[in-house]
Amino acid sequence: MANLNIDIGKLHLKNPVLTASGTFGYGTEYADFMDLSRIGGVIVKGTTLHPREGNDYPRMAETPSGMLNAVGLQNKGVDFFISDIYPQIRDVDTNIIVNVSGSTIEDYVACAEKIGELEKIPAIELNISCPNVKQGGMAFGTTCAGASEVVKAVRKAVRKTLIVKLSPNVTDIAEIAKAVEAEGADSVSLINTLMGMAINIEMRRPVLSTVTGGLSGPCVKPVALRMVYQTSRAVKIPVIGLGGISGWQDAVEFILAGATAIQIGTYNFIDPTVSRKVGEGINAYLDRNGFRSVGELVGAMERG
Amino acid sequence: MKKYISDWTVKENTSIHAHYCLLKLVSGETFPETLPGQFVQVRVDDSSATFLRRPISIHFANTADRELWLLIQRIGKGTRKLSELKPGQKLNLIHPLGKGFSIPDTKNKRLLLIGGGVGAAPLLYLGAYLKENGFQPAFLLGARSEKDLLQSEEFGKYGDVYLATEDGSRGEKGFVTAHSLLQREKADFLYACGPKPMMLAVAKYAAQQAIPCEVSLENSMACGIGACLCCVEKTKKGNVCICTEGPVFNINQLTWPI
Ligand SMILES: Cc1cc2nc3c(=O)[nH]c(=O)nc-3n(C[C@H](O)[C@H](O)[C@H](O)COP(=O)(O)OP(=O)(O)OC[C@H]3O[C@@H](n4cnc5c(N)ncnc54)[C@H](O)[C@@H]3O)c2cc1C
Ligand SMILES: Cc1cc2nc3c(=O)[nH]c(=O)nc-3n(C[C@H](O)[C@H](O)[C@H](O)COP(=O)(O)O)c2cc1C
Ligand code: FES
Repeated sequence: MANLNIDIGKLHLKNPVLTASGTFGYGTEYADFMDLSRIGGVIVKGTTLHPREGNDYPRMAETPSGMLNAVGLQNKGVDFFISDIYPQIRDVDTNIIVNVSGSTIEDYVACAEKIGELEKIPAIELNISCPNVKQGGMAFGTTCAGASEVVKAVRKAVRKTLIVKLSPNVTDIAEIAKAVEAEGADSVSLINTLMGMAINIEMRRPVLSTVTGGLSGPCVKPVALRMVYQTSRAVKIPVIGLGGISGWQDAVEFILAGATAIQIGTYNFIDPTVSRKVGEGINAYLDRNGFRSVGELVGAMERG
Repeated sequence: MKKYISDWTVKENTSIHAHYCLLKLVSGETFPETLPGQFVQVRVDDSSATFLRRPISIHFANTADRELWLLIQRIGKGTRKLSELKPGQKLNLIHPLGKGFSIPDTKNKRLLLIGGGVGAAPLLYLGAYLKENGFQPAFLLGARSEKDLLQSEEFGKYGDVYLATEDGSRGEKGFVTAHSLLQREKADFLYACGPKPMMLAVAKYAAQQAIPCEVSLENSMACGIGACLCCVEKTKKGNVCICTEGPVFNINQLTWPI
């Protein structure tokens, strides 16, 4: 049994497998299928300062080896999270990380401050990359100046480990990563969804109510892997890789590309136990190949 | 209710007319308690064209024989593959999902179950369940033509069956909502399941007549377990996931134009 422990800032993970925001609910939705203590952590749904109804239905379109979504950050707001959800999940034996979203700097800061006070939430993932809301979100994540501004403000307000989730809908993701590193982010996670579209040809109209949406699933993996590779070589802080992971082999690829930890998103819908299996698969791979710890595997590629 | 992911074995797969099939599955492991109106998420295969699971209603559940029946209309890639499954093949399901139909508390109520086309699927198990619990359900089944009226003999085991087809090839000609039964008798409770325009017409009739009515929705889904928030319906309480809060709703919860 290899050592699977990983540290991201002050956050200690028992293994490098996390579940991605918006795809794993609050974890409780999956408790019938697997023991949540078997994974490194659960990143819960995007949470905003005020409640959000999200976008109109239809919000989903299946695509080859993937899907488009346009949920639009539907959630009941941070106060509801604190009063109604946090008490139910605070004692789960894994790291519960909250994904914080917003449309103004003030909202991000106010929401992050409230989460910052919760004893059993060890880290915040700052979502500056949601493509599904008109205001803000991705707007911050697509320029170095916007990303710096929001990270700087949130960094001042919270002491917990701060992971910044990056948008792939940019020319140079490594530049954005460097900008948020400079403002004190402890880690970056990438990628959020890629902007895409689907058309219903019988009705001759877009499938999604919002016309465009975010693409995820195995179809985005090569793009995500390339971005993780480029980013991990550009920054010193740990990189969390995600985008299209459906099995342990994909996870090993991301780790070899330079990811310290990984997240699994869309594939939870197909196999609700995939995150547990990926952890087991990484462990078996490390043993077979004589690695004593997963840390040794990070970026351990022959060429490049 | 606890949900399970497990492999089921195809016992029989019978095609019905040109576009439908009846898939009978047997459980290898435990057969969880299943309520009428609940559904399963079917893993079609691992090809790129059928990436997500497909939601399918529970047509019938037989705990003693550990059998689950699915009634499927071939409309695309996934349902076509399901219609081609052979006995002995395995199918992975997440089961049971959603909340079912409500069961009245007094037995002497006149219950009418109205189905349109393949939408009638969940009403068979509902009818059987109601009969077993001392109710006397009646069924009003509608379809485009005779070739889209499904399982009417099977429905007959659990109550009177009234039929309507749009082309008049079987039963009364016209939509279910124009059936003479609705003029003759007023039910105490309606359950409707079928295409959206049909459910809307039933809901309008129910609202007019002040009859309580439940409908079962088929919004497109990704996860089926309340995690992705893709399957929402606009209700009087705001957007709710039909996979966990439904798929069955009382019409007075919805914001339909009735
Ligand atoms: C709760 C629930 C219960 C259901 N029960 C049954 C059932 O008992 N029997 C049955 O035959 N079907 C049922 N359906 C519908 C079934 O899930 C879809 O027909 C199926 O997913 C289509 O998959 P496909 O790969 O064959 O079609 P695809 O190739 O994915 O799609 C073919 C076409 O159908 C459209 N389509 C796909 N899904 C839906 C949908 N949910 N509603 C409307 N249009 C759709 C697509 O937009 C496309 O135009 C149910 C759906 C839900 C949500
Ligand atoms: C239905 C859905 C909802 C999502 N919601 C969020 C969210 O609220 N916040 C966020 O940062 N990312 C969200 N994402 C993006 C995922 O966390 C992840 O970055 C992306 O899907 C790529 O990973 P995957 O291919 O493994 O799914 C969502 C993705 C999906 C499919
Ligand atoms: S289908 Fe994912 S929440 Fe309903």
